Amino acid sequence: MPKHLPADSVGIVEQHSLHFDEPLPLDCGRSLPAYDLVYETYGELNAERSNAILICHALSGSHHAAGYHSEEDRKPGWWEACVGPGKPIDTDRFYVVCCNNLGGCHGSTGPSSINPETHRPYGPDFPLVTVRDWVHSQARLADALGIERWAAVVGGSLGGMQAIQWAIDYPDRLGHVVAIAVAPRLSAQNIGFNEVARQAILTDPEFHGGRYYEHHTVPRRGLALARMLGHITYLSDDAMRDKFGRDLRADGGRYKFNFDVEFEVESYLRYQGRSFVDRFDANTYLLMTKVLDYFDPAAEYDHDLSAALAHVQARFLLISFSSDWRFPPERSREIVRALEDNQKPISYLEVETSQGHDAFLKPIPVYTEAFRAYMQGIAREVGA
Amino acid sequence: MSALRPDLAIISDWIAPGSRILDLGCGDGTLLAHLAGEREVTGYGLEIEPRKIVACLEKGVSVIQADLDKGLSDFKDQAFDYVLMTQTLQAVHYPDELLQEMLRVGREGIVTFPNFGNWRMRLYLGFHGRMPISRTLPHTWYNTPNIHLCTVRDFEALCAERGIEILERHVTDQAMHDNALMRQFPNLLGDVALYRIRQAAR
Repeated sequence: MPKHLPADSVGIVEQHSLHFDEPLPLDCGRSLPAYDLVYETYGELNAERSNAILICHALSGSHHAAGYHSEEDRKPGWWEACVGPGKPIDTDRFYVVCCNNLGGCHGSTGPSSINPETHRPYGPDFPLVTVRDWVHSQARLADALGIERWAAVVGGSLGGMQAIQWAIDYPDRLGHVVAIAVAPRLSAQNIGFNEVARQAILTDPEFHGGRYYEHHTVPRRGLALARMLGHITYLSDDAMRDKFGRDLRADGGRYKFNFDVEFEVESYLRYQGRSFVDRFDANTYLLMTKVLDYFDPAAEYDHDLSAALAHVQARFLLISFSSDWRFPPERSREIVRALEDNQKPISYLEVETSQGHDAFLKPIPVYTEAFRAYMQGIAREVGA
Repeated sequence: MSALRPDLAIISDWIAPGSRILDLGCGDGTLLAHLAGEREVTGYGLEIEPRKIVACLEKGVSVIQADLDKGLSDFKDQAFDYVLMTQTLQAVHYPDELLQEMLRVGREGIVTFPNFGNWRMRLYLGFHGRMPISRTLPHTWYNTPNIHLCTVRDFEALCAERGIEILERHVTDQAMHDNALMRQFPNLLGDVALYRIRQAAR
């Protein structure tokens, strides 16, 4: 491993790709005739194939959960804080798989992929998928990798929703669910934020009905706005105050009385928006926010979450964060209650922090200790 | 499990194998881990302290973060065979309500608390005129988590008032031993009181 990479990192990693020819029927009624899934793995699968962990990514994540793609890579994968040797998901003990979900923009088949029927990018023709569709595609990935049963399926936010759906759809194919900063369904307020983000993209003059690839443009302003809005909701009021306050960027501390960047927070959000445009696809953002909106496993059980979870066999660890106002602790408690109703094994921790929804990506001591303790229990159980 | 606190060993003897348990204020999960191993019980611990929750997870105990002062409304009636509360009753805001809640969600309750009626407590207060400090109550008055101390007679009076039936009582000294004299004068000689209770039919 190169010298300047941290010793507790999985180091240099490479991505893999698998092609699937068997059509995948989707919740929307359509099906994907063929598709690719791009994924990364860390650690070694043991001889009993009992130590595999699936990590599911959130809205803007990808298959690159940990490590670096090259020595020049400035940033590690999105969950470097929790995945690596000696970390909560200990790659010395577990075999970790993380894939880019269908509809993504990091290699798995999505709106920017070429539609084999038209030989041009899918764009708006890419079907809207659901968490359940993702879980089915991940089950096929597991089959291809020879993994009959995951020791655990793990994720935060939208990733946690996938972990819960796994327990519902494939009760005998996973031992544990670890769902962090999650909710059993979005609130009207959540959907409202997603709709504003989508409108920012859909009304950008460079969106071209989703066919911007062919116009060699990108709806930069819309996507950046969507990200700026999202970013505000992932932080807490306290976190933003601590980070920026009302600090002004210009010297002299005087207002400029115009619409240039004046406050530090404006500068930060504009930077976040700009840099997001360089690494993310607008059609994928539209699709991912819809996946969030649609997630509601209780819906087909007469809106009874207990009934939806009645047949799960996995044991659960749920963790929430006090300052997460996007998915506040009360939403996790709904899941806890539904599992209690069914007398299922469940552990739940609410972490006191000011970091908002994004806290699930941060190395907060009690959070990582609880996560580590739980994962060590799983490792003992599966002989990892 | 020779390291198990003797009061916890007594509780363990009271519990039928395979029971469903709720342990209120389960601390580091020692009792539940023991009961899972010895009595094959299932269920949860409730605990408010994050560090203790981590300790439970290390033992493989299912633990849910909860504030007992907010009640047990998350749980259905008679969802558990036993609801346990060891050395916690005296630290909650509404001990009377929590007692009734535990007997709503559980068929039986098992409660242990430090007996403030013990002769040492009486002597300490009588001689020093200050709040007693002992092995079972090691805090000073201003930093103690124990805000609702009671005696064996207080507890039994509350049970009588609320229609709570006492199925078994056990009092021990600080070393968790008992003797005939202690059984004769539990409120005077007992340091720790253990009760198995249930809601009497109404």
